[in-house]
Amino acid sequence: MIKLVNVCKSFGSQCVLNNLSLEIPRGLITAVIGPSGEGKSVLLKQLIGLQAPDSGQVIVDGTDITRLGRSSLNRVREKFGMLFQNAALFDSLTVFENVAFPLEEKTSLSRQEIKSKVHEALRHVGLSGIDHKYPDELSGGMKKRVGLARALLLKPQIILFDEPTTGLDPIICRAIHQLIADTHRLFGFTAVIVSHEIPEIFDISHRVAMLFRGEIIEEGPTETVRNSRHPVVRQFIDGSLEGPIQFLK
Amino acid sequence: MGIRQPIQRLGGVTLAILRDMGRMLTFLLYALYTIARRPGRPIHILKQLHFIGAKSLFVICLTAAFTGMVLGLQGYYTLAKFGSEGMLGSAVALSLIRELGPVLTALMVTGRAGSAITAEIGIMKITEQIDALKTMALEPFKYLVSPKVIAAVIAVPLLCAVFDVVGIAGGYVVGVKLLGVNPGTYFFEMEKSVVAKDVISGFIKSLSFGLIISWVCCFKGYNAGHGAEGVSRATTAAVVMSSVSVLIWDYFLTSVLL
Repeated sequence: MIKLVNVCKSFGSQCVLNNLSLEIPRGLITAVIGPSGEGKSVLLKQLIGLQAPDSGQVIVDGTDITRLGRSSLNRVREKFGMLFQNAALFDSLTVFENVAFPLEEKTSLSRQEIKSKVHEALRHVGLSGIDHKYPDELSGGMKKRVGLARALLLKPQIILFDEPTTGLDPIICRAIHQLIADTHRLFGFTAVIVSHEIPEIFDISHRVAMLFRGEIIEEGPTETVRNSRHPVVRQFIDGSLEGPIQFLK
Repeated sequence: MGIRQPIQRLGGVTLAILRDMGRMLTFLLYALYTIARRPGRPIHILKQLHFIGAKSLFVICLTAAFTGMVLGLQGYYTLAKFGSEGMLGSAVALSLIRELGPVLTALMVTGRAGSAITAEIGIMKITEQIDALKTMALEPFKYLVSPKVIAAVIAVPLLCAVFDVVGIAGGYVVGVKLLGVNPGTYFFEMEKSVVAKDVISGFIKSLSFGLIISWVCCFKGYNAGHGAEGVSRATTAAVVMSSVSVLIWDYFLTSVLL
């Protein structure tokens, strides 16, 4: 289980996370929703130690990762996989090399074993036969799927998804959500998805947390949040221009 | 009130410079620590050796040939004033081995490979590829910094040796073939005046220049700002800082090694 306790994070004078606390249960898909620029990606980066909070604790399976040194933090990171917003594929490596990279660096598998595992992972995400292509030859959706294949390969216990469907057309968006749900059923990992794809994200998540002005203002099972009466949550879900969330000031 | 502001600004700038220097030193120490602990796979080092070393050969040979030829030309007419044309070989060789070889090699490597190193690491940073390495519980220094530092420290002295040889040949072509210096005298005087200390000092210089170039360029790339502009600024800063550092360090090393 992952637990954020009173986490604060500021960039200069801008407070992004304000005494935020959140529990992410094991084995479930938790979606973190909220307007753009509210610090959802910052929250995700706290979970894996890519950014350190100014204060507060980030507890992963009982270990406060904010107190760990580089090597201990790396041991905790072995539990994680992450799919970045732009997939963050290594642009000088082919698709095959990208997906094979963690296996080559972290296991002692033979070339043949790596090859078969990579092909299996690519098949899982519906991308057979593109081994030789470079990331700049792929569409946005294909990049995300390659990123997902890479994240899944070492069978992590926890996978973080940073806006996995942003900028994709509705069909690919649905396909990616379906893929996340299917792979979750298959591998049973804990997932944290940062997204503002409403209402699609409700279809695949078990729990939802809404981030607004640096705080979690609503959190619970998907249906509870979907039917929330909180005015901010309501406005965000309905996509209404009228309400407490002011975009044009 | 009037005098407080400039003093505050000066203090702020001084603190910022000290902070940057501290960060650079920490970066170097961590890079050396990583090299000592886990230097990275040989294939990564070989790739960097190919990029920094083999791919710089052409530009090094070209620069060396013309530098040697200019030295031959200038040296001949200067020495002719004192009737010492026979010393041309030793003048060309000493200038190249002790000074011009290491410095010009370092400046060429900075321009050709150093800028590319900064741009590569900078782009990896802004596209979250470095974060991706971290999320895989891999140490980015092992993949991005160590192989480049090791390769630069090996490649720059080798390139410098090539520079010296080609430069001496360039001086030979101008001095002996065009201006009529006796070929035996050209090499005899060279052999007489160049001692092991000259070669060793050139080697030490080029070795340290390799470290400076890779250190500064990797650091600037790793700390590149936002977007394409951030990478372009980092690349420019890396080339300027590496070149200036090489020249300053050259002065201090020369004063110690002379």
